[in-house]
Amino acid sequence: MFLKKYIAYTLQYSQRRQWLVALILTFVLLATIVLSICIGPYPMSIWKAGSILANLSLPWSLPVDLPWPIRELTVIQVIRLPRVLLATLVGLGLGMSGAALQGLMRNPLVGPDLVGVSSGSAMGGVLAIMLDWPPLAVVFLAFVGGLLSLGATFRLAQLAKSSDGIGLILAGIFVGGFCLSCVGLGFFLANDAQLNAITFWLLGTMTKATQATVWLVAIPTLGGGAILMLLRWRLNLLSLGNDDAFAIGVKVSSLRFAIIVVVSLIVAAQVSVAGIIGWVGLVVPHWARMLVGPDHRKMFPASALLGALFVLFVDNFTRVVLRSDVPTGVLTTIIGTPFICFMFWKKQTKGWVGD
Amino acid sequence: MNLGDFSFGNLGHAYLPDKWIFRNYGGEVSRGQILSLLGPNGSGKTTLLKILLGALKPTEGTVKVNGQVAFVPQLFQVAFDYTALDMVLMGRAKNIGLFSQPTKEDEEASLRALEQVGLAEMAHRPFHEMSGGQRQLIIFARALVAEADILILDEPTSALDLKNQNAILEWIDRLARQKNLTVIFSTHHPHHAYAVADRALLMLGESNYAAGAVNDVLTESNLSKLYELPFRRVCYEYKSQSVETLIPVLRPTKTALASAESY
Repeated sequence: MFLKKYIAYTLQYSQRRQWLVALILTFVLLATIVLSICIGPYPMSIWKAGSILANLSLPWSLPVDLPWPIRELTVIQVIRLPRVLLATLVGLGLGMSGAALQGLMRNPLVGPDLVGVSSGSAMGGVLAIMLDWPPLAVVFLAFVGGLLSLGATFRLAQLAKSSDGIGLILAGIFVGGFCLSCVGLGFFLANDAQLNAITFWLLGTMTKATQATVWLVAIPTLGGGAILMLLRWRLNLLSLGNDDAFAIGVKVSSLRFAIIVVVSLIVAAQVSVAGIIGWVGLVVPHWARMLVGPDHRKMFPASALLGALFVLFVDNFTRVVLRSDVPTGVLTTIIGTPFICFMFWKKQTKGWVGD
Repeated sequence: MNLGDFSFGNLGHAYLPDKWIFRNYGGEVSRGQILSLLGPNGSGKTTLLKILLGALKPTEGTVKVNGQVAFVPQLFQVAFDYTALDMVLMGRAKNIGLFSQPTKEDEEASLRALEQVGLAEMAHRPFHEMSGGQRQLIIFARALVAEADILILDEPTSALDLKNQNAILEWIDRLARQKNLTVIFSTHHPHHAYAVADRALLMLGESNYAAGAVNDVLTESNLSKLYELPFRRVCYEYKSQSVETLIPVLRPTKTALASAESY
């Protein structure tokens, strides 16, 4: 029967491709992580780095006696592994929050930086630094700041009856501008030690990577990411718009609130450790859509993995090639801008449709 | 109240305190029947439909629904270029748990619904590449896959060319008669109501409406009041049968005016 054959073909085709892309991206990401650990001012062979990594991550020690100097172990354990993992997690979080925000706000031109959540988190974090609070409290205040500013942006756009188009972006600029001014005020009032800590909010670097900061980012990013991953098909539904989503049986406001909370949490964790890493959450979802199409079931994991790859590549570039620690956030913004301009031009000339 | 029955009474909506769009509206439609909603621009058709759907809380009055309601919005732009199958699949939202993804059964049901509207071969084509008529049919398929008892459509014909308008009317008729669905739709064409609806509601003014069987409500005088245009009953031949409808007396063609003046 034609229809039956057709159904079987369709399902096979779509699901096989979905898993294949996710599998390839995961493999590429893992390979890049291992390679990133090998390269740097003190290069090592993959074999050496791999065995040190295995020894660090396995609960038992390897049967063979591996005679590496303590120096190499330190380079990996204390310097490279935290930094590489931090870049990966930051990218993963930004890729996911960008995809979720674009779906939620049914606008392919929004990202954490544009709707005020990044600057809100920075404001919260700066406040915590000014009060000399411990790192966990910095994350907490960054979360509160991000949540409040994202909520304010959304509410403002709703009040102006423009919760998906240009109104949302303008609302984000208003709220974000306010938050960044508060950060500037912090600059002005801070003492030297605080000033040093605050400076990196605006630039976005991975230089603060330690085992502790990796955990600080990993828990919210992976936990929140798991929730978003489960809700990813619901992003399709939310992207239809309020009335239509309601009509097909979605509890729009509570679902949207839940996603906003999770996104704020992920962005806050990222910002409180690595500062504002520009444009990643805006650009990466477009690449994911080009690769697997707009369906969030496929696009969401692809966006997460591509985000991790992007930030990792850029961080490797500044760490290994430039060797001067140009802030990663500055570089992602510089690299991302031409893409955004191209996307913007394409959207404006071909209409607000997918890619 | 049977499954698929729908009634509302004393319904009113005010956009500001004491600024009423409409008030004291009432009506009913039972299973397998079609109710059409007519009213000029700004009379609150979409607002009324949103209230009937439950998306908007009325300022006063009650809506009684027995059964699942599905909604077919006016032709709309989707922010992302989903495929036809993705669009139809969304109709299954009520059957899929919050943290679950659609299963093979859901996809099969969606493909079957696409088959029913004759668009199975378009399943993997982007929604934006399709014509207005095809998009409307895909949203129909989405409502079908939701296994709803009541279907609410907001001006399903208004953005379509004449051929597609006719096709959509055929579909509305078929859904009501064959699937025993209750259908409520709004339209700007009295003929569309005349063609398929059993009942009609005319939004004549703030607290003035006419509701009832199509033949009682769609009269020359009511329609003239509604659109501020004279209406005439005309006969025409359809498939070698003589049928009648109501048409507005519009401004005549330039040539007709010229020849009338020369007499």
